[in-house]
Order: sequence, then structure tokens, then C-alpha cells
Amino acid sequence: MSFLCALSVVIALVPLAFILFFVLRQGLPALNWAFFTEMPKPVGEAGGGMANAIMGTGILIGLAALVAVPIGITCGVYISEFKTSRLAPAVRFAADMLNGVPSIVIGIFAYAVAVLPFKGYSALAGGLALGVMMMPIIVRTTEELLALVPPSFREGALALGATRARAVMTVILPAALPGIVTGVLVALARVAGETAPLLFTAFNNRFFSTRLDQPIGSLTVQIFTYAISPYEDWHRQAWAGATVLIAAVLAFSLLARAVTRRLERMHRG
Amino acid sequence: MEDETSVVDQPGIRIQTAVRTDVVPEAERQAITIRDVQFYYGEKQVLFDIGMDIGENRVTALIGPSGCGKTTLLRCLNRMNDLIEGARIRGEVKVKDRDIYGAGVDVIEVRRRVGMVFQKSNPFPKSIYDNVVYGLRIAGQRDRRKLDEACEASLQRAALWDEAKDRLQESALSLSGGQQQRLCIARAIAVEPEILLMDEPSSALDPLAAVKIEELIYSLKERYTIVIVTHNLQQAARVSDKTAFFWLGRLVEYGATPQMFTNPREKLTEDYITGRFG
Amino acid sequence: MALSPTGRHRAGWADPLFRVGTGAVAVLVIAVVLGILVVLLNDSMLSVRKFGLSFWRTRTWDPVAGEFGALPFIWGTLYSSVLALLLAMPVALGIAIFLSELCPRWLRQPLAFLTELLAAIPSIVYGLWGIFVLAPAVRWLEVHTPEALRRTPFFSGPPLGVGMLAAALVLAVMVIPFTATVAREILKAVPVSQREAAYALGATRWEAIRLAVHYGRIGIVGAVMLGFGRALGETMAVTMVIGNNPQVALSLFAPQHTMAAVLANEFTEAADTLYLNALVEIGLVLFIITVAINGLSRLLIWRMDRTRARPTVIKTVPLAA
Repeated sequence: MSFLCALSVVIALVPLAFILFFVLRQGLPALNWAFFTEMPKPVGEAGGGMANAIMGTGILIGLAALVAVPIGITCGVYISEFKTSRLAPAVRFAADMLNGVPSIVIGIFAYAVAVLPFKGYSALAGGLALGVMMMPIIVRTTEELLALVPPSFREGALALGATRARAVMTVILPAALPGIVTGVLVALARVAGETAPLLFTAFNNRFFSTRLDQPIGSLTVQIFTYAISPYEDWHRQAWAGATVLIAAVLAFSLLARAVTRRLERMHRG
Repeated sequence: MEDETSVVDQPGIRIQTAVRTDVVPEAERQAITIRDVQFYYGEKQVLFDIGMDIGENRVTALIGPSGCGKTTLLRCLNRMNDLIEGARIRGEVKVKDRDIYGAGVDVIEVRRRVGMVFQKSNPFPKSIYDNVVYGLRIAGQRDRRKLDEACEASLQRAALWDEAKDRLQESALSLSGGQQQRLCIARAIAVEPEILLMDEPSSALDPLAAVKIEELIYSLKERYTIVIVTHNLQQAARVSDKTAFFWLGRLVEYGATPQMFTNPREKLTEDYITGRFG
Repeated sequence: MALSPTGRHRAGWADPLFRVGTGAVAVLVIAVVLGILVVLLNDSMLSVRKFGLSFWRTRTWDPVAGEFGALPFIWGTLYSSVLALLLAMPVALGIAIFLSELCPRWLRQPLAFLTELLAAIPSIVYGLWGIFVLAPAVRWLEVHTPEALRRTPFFSGPPLGVGMLAAALVLAVMVIPFTATVAREILKAVPVSQREAAYALGATRWEAIRLAVHYGRIGIVGAVMLGFGRALGETMAVTMVIGNNPQVALSLFAPQHTMAAVLANEFTEAADTLYLNALVEIGLVLFIITVAINGLSRLLIWRMDRTRARPTVIKTVPLAA
């Protein structure tokens, strides 16, 4: 019986090993300086890179953070501070529901709100879609971290004459901030890897663009476009893109873990 | 149960204890013999040179302040401490003349022969019936009739049959706290152990429920040897035949209960019993 | 400065403002969820009114001719997700049991980390791996399927590689880490006293594990349902290996389609409003199904927490003691 359980661990890890192996094997050789600095070449021409796509992903997650972080943290503060109100459980429930909505459906939402009225794809629409996806994660993280702050902090602040608002803003929230930052990093890593909600919001852009009201390329959509194309060269670049994506996800994960561990040590004194 | 109220006088303090005055004869046989037991959690030693005999068909109480090691010793008797990482024991613990820590001993078998009831009742989220027969089922008993008989007998002996007989299929969690504890006792005795270990069995119950448990313990000793850990001195005085007093991991005094509570030999014992500390 | 009975003094406006301010933002989150629902309803009205319920019974999906039947998509979604779950469930449970009960201490952290890593791999990467590695492997499997099996409806059809089987496999791999993590949390939450009770009655390690799983069964079902919800909404990896053919087929070898996949593929090409509405209607149903399943699974997990609540022990009525 124990053997079966150990076997299931192996079964799960085998695809992981496979994926990492293939991504590295196919992707690493295709990674070169040109990949990071050049735009895609026209169909049929070899070479070129994904500079615009990488830049695009950066812009998109920046926009997403702009949308999700203020709203998410504030919402988390509300749920944590006023958990006995009637609104709080409803908000928590809504956040949980939002978490489970398929990313493609969120894309439809962003399309209806930010693409249709303006008759065009845009980076803003893509940023909105990703932001909506990030929101529930940040709400959850903020709420959990605020709950971890020792009550003695709050009591100390209040005893010194602070209002509740001031106690939260100047003592409790800052105490939870490192963990919240970690949560934001993890959420950013997650949305950076999203493709579906961008397909009809940010769409794609072969050229270098930083304009927010125009379609913008992204690493994930570019990988997708290349992967389903019939060109070998583009397949190679798709693998390279996947390598960059996984490296970024891994980097974020490790960073988040290191910060969390540092935090735990701090709290345990 | 005979008792006579004796009052222990202290300057400024009057303490009432109801102590049994009937001195129970020494047991003909010793159910458990403990020799030279040392116990460690990792590097820290918590039990020192423990040696005592526990008589068959007697109720033996282990008392002492928190952290004195009485629960640790209790859990040594059915090898529950094996579950704790870093726990080590040296010395000999013999149940019916067989060292339970000897080589080749089946710990599952030990735990069937030495049953345990915990401080906080912990019924499984199953029906009352399934709880009581759990131990028998995992021991391999499948015969429905035998299980039914064992269930009824155990619940009778645990004084829960009348309250439970019409709700055997209902969830055990629907019982009250006191009933749940009696259910756990029934569950423990269903596997026909020889010895029953009880770790503060009524400390989580209200006084009326606690009294019922004490009556139960007294009636159970005809069939089983009972070792009970308690921090409730009155309970120890009421219910046990012999009492062992522990302090900082050592056995300080061990004797017949009436004598321990009215005329202890050691000053430490007297101090504890009269409430000077602990 | 006199203190009022409620203790409020000069800054009496700060706290209420704080509450209202943060509350307003919190309401925004609810508004977003409702907004999604509203958008989906609004932009699918045309299709809902035109086709009604027959939308979900018709097999033909022919945008050019204006015929929209969504049966193949719901079929494909359910088929792939159920199959994926059947494959993933035992593995996920095995991992959860291993991590919470059997794993040697030094291995626990690295393994848990690896599981989280698996969960963090983007869908597109799974899709990439699916197209170039898994699909050819599945094709090899299909080519070498024994003749006897190939005559059954489950294994019939040309060996293309892409199809239902490949999709179910990719989905299973994607669902495993998430389900395993949630199930592990459930098992960790089983109180120590339950296991102790089992051991004290002479249980072996495996009997104690079975008891723990039984104790957490409601939560584990919830975890599996959460995984199911994830599988239903998975888009990229599926669309890259399922073949994107809107047909209702029993065979694992046949290329099929799912609701999420058709949205990904055809949304940007929807030329006329009816087409778009039909697609949004598919999105609406996907939304409803996933929200319902997520809600149900969270309810189950929440109920598990409740049954663990300690029963009150102080009774004023002596009878039941």
C-alpha cells in the first residue's frame, strides 16, 4: 500500500521531469541574445526574437498589478477588520467564486467592458483581464496575513490613542506587508503565465509597442501562435519562450518561498 | 462505597476530603511490574528510576502536579509513546510477566491487551455501533452476531446501553460529552483488554457526568485492572485502591489510598495533598 | 476633552470613514462577479432567444451557415474532465496520503515544493509539451493498440495523436498537484486524538490512515470537486491537443472540442453578432457550471471544518450525563 502511494508521487513527478527536461532541451539552444532583443521576423524568415512579447508581458502584469493590488489589499483589509459585518462573508464568498471562474470567461468580461466599447483590442483590456484574475488571490493573501499579525500590535497602537483606521494603516498593515508583497509576487507569476484571457483583449502585436490603447504582444500568446504554426523555426522559438516563462515562474516561486521563510523566522522571534 | 469525611487542618485552611477508609487487601497477582524505568524525550530525561507494581483487579491512581511525568508513564504502559519522535525508554515494563518492550513483541497486540481512554473523548465520526466494534473489526472479527453481542455487552458494562440501544446507528457525535466518554470506555473494553489505562477521564466533564464515570470505574475493576491518571485529588481518594505520587519525574510515594491521604510517609506527599503546592 | 460613552473623541469621523471606504472597495469585488454574470447574460441574449434549449441538444456547429449547436462542446468538456478526474483522483489521493502520513521528514519540504511547482507551470507550457511530446507519444500508443480493442467504440478511429485521450491525460497531469495539495491540507487537519484513539485500540498504521481518510472524506470530496472545476475551465493545454473538432464521439482517439477551447479558437473570428452571442452563451454556461461546482466544493470543505467543532461539555440538565 505504501508502495502505491510512493508510486503516485512518482507518477506525478514524472511529467514534471519530462516537461522541464523538454523545455530545457528544446528551449535552451534557441535562447540567444537575439531572442531577447529582436522582434519577430516575417513569416518564412529565420531568426528574430520575442523582445516585444517579453516587454508586452511586463507591461500587462504591471497594469494588472495597478488594478488588482490597491483593490485587493483594501478589500482584504475590510474583510479582516470587519469580519463580523454582514458584508464580509459575502465579499469573501465573491472572492472565492472569482478565483474559480475560468480565465477565458474573464477574458469575455474584459472584452465586453474594454474592447467592444472602444472598438479595438488594447493593452488596457488585457491588463484589466489579468487584474481581475489577480484580485481574489491578493484579497485572500492580505486577509490571511493580517490575521497573523499578533493582537498585541493592535492593542499597543490603540492604547496609545490611535484610531482603528490609524492602527491598521500605520501598524498592522505594515507588519503584514512583507507577506503581502510575497503574495503579490506569487499572483504576478501566475498571471504572467496566462494566455486565454489575452487572446481577445490584448490580442497580439508583432511590432514593438508600448501604447496602452493598442494591441500588445505577450510571451504567452506569442508562444501559442508559434506553437500552432507549421514552421520549425517558430517551434524552436516557442520552446525558448517557454524556457523564459518557466524560469520566471521558478524565480518568483523561490523568491516568494525565501521571503515567507524569513517572515516565519521573524514572527517566531 | 464507604466513606468517612475527614478534615485536614491547616492554619487558616480547612480542606474537606472524602476518603475511603476500607483498606483493600493487596492484590494476589501483579498485572504490571515496572522496574528501573528511565524515559527521555530526545536529550531530556523526564522519568527517573521508576519502579512499582500494579495489582490485578485494582484501581491504581497516579497523581502529581502538571509535568511530573504521570501521563508519560501511563503512555509507556501501552507503548503510545512510540508515536512520539525522539522518545526513548530504558528499563522493564512487564504486563502479566511479559516485557512489552522486549524483542519480537507485537505492539498491536500490546495495545489490545492494554486499553486506553483519553482525557478528551474522541469518538470517531461514525455510528455508535461502528465506534464500539471498531477495535474488534480491525482485529479481524467479521461475524455480525459476535459483533452485536460484544457491542451490547460493552455498552452495558459502560452503563450506556439503556441510553444508546435505540440509537446504535446514529452518529456518535450526537451524544453528550459524558455519554461520549462512556462510549469511548465501551469502545476500549470491547476488545477485552486485561488492563485499562485512563488519562484524566472525567476532567473535561461537568461534575455530574464525572461522578458517573467514577461509579463506572469502581464497577469495572472487577473485570479489569485500572490505572488512572488524575489531578483531581478528591477523585483519586474516592475511587482508587492504591495511589502513587509523582514529582519531577520521580515516584515519591506509593501506598494504599486511605493511608496516603490521611497519613502519608513523605513530607512532599503531604504538602501536595494538603494543597501547599501544585 | 470629555469622553462620550462610546469612547469617541475628536477624530470621530476617521473610523466610520475607514469602514465605509474599505467597504466600498470590497463591494467592488462583488460588483465584478455580478458584472461578469451580467455581461454574459447580456451578450448572449440573441442566441438564447433564438435557439432556446435546443442550443444544447443540437450537434451541428456551422457558423458559416448560421447553425449553432453546442452539444459537442459540453460533451467534450464533460468527457475530458471526468476522464481526467478518474485518472487524477487516485494519484492525487496517494500523494496526499504520502505527504501527510508516510513521508520521511527530510523529504517533506522538497516534495511539497515540487508539487507546488507543478501547480505553477503555466497552461501554455503544458500545451506546448502536449503538442510536441505527449501527442506523438499518444499516437504511438494508438498505433500499437491491439486490434481487439480497436474494434470497440472507445478505441476506434485513425491514430492521430491529438484527441480526447491526449486531452484527458494533459488535464489529469494539470489537476493532480492542485487536488493533492488541498487533500493534504484536509488530512493534516484531522485531529491527533482521532489517530491516537485508533492506535490505542490496536490499529496498524494503515488502519489509522484509513480512519483519517474516513474522517476527512467530506473535505476530500470537496478537493476532488475543486479539481474538477479546474479541469472544466482549462483552455490552452486542452485546445492544443484535443483536435478542435466539434463532434460528439465516444472514441478516445477522436479529435473533439470543449467549451473553453472553442471560445479560445473562434472568439476573434466571430464576424456577426449572432455568432458572438452563441459563443458568449457557451461562456455563460461554462461560468455557471464552474461557479456551481466551486461553490459546492467550498461548502463541503467548510462543512468538514464545522463537524470538527468540539461538542459542549457543560450541561445544565443532569439527565443526559
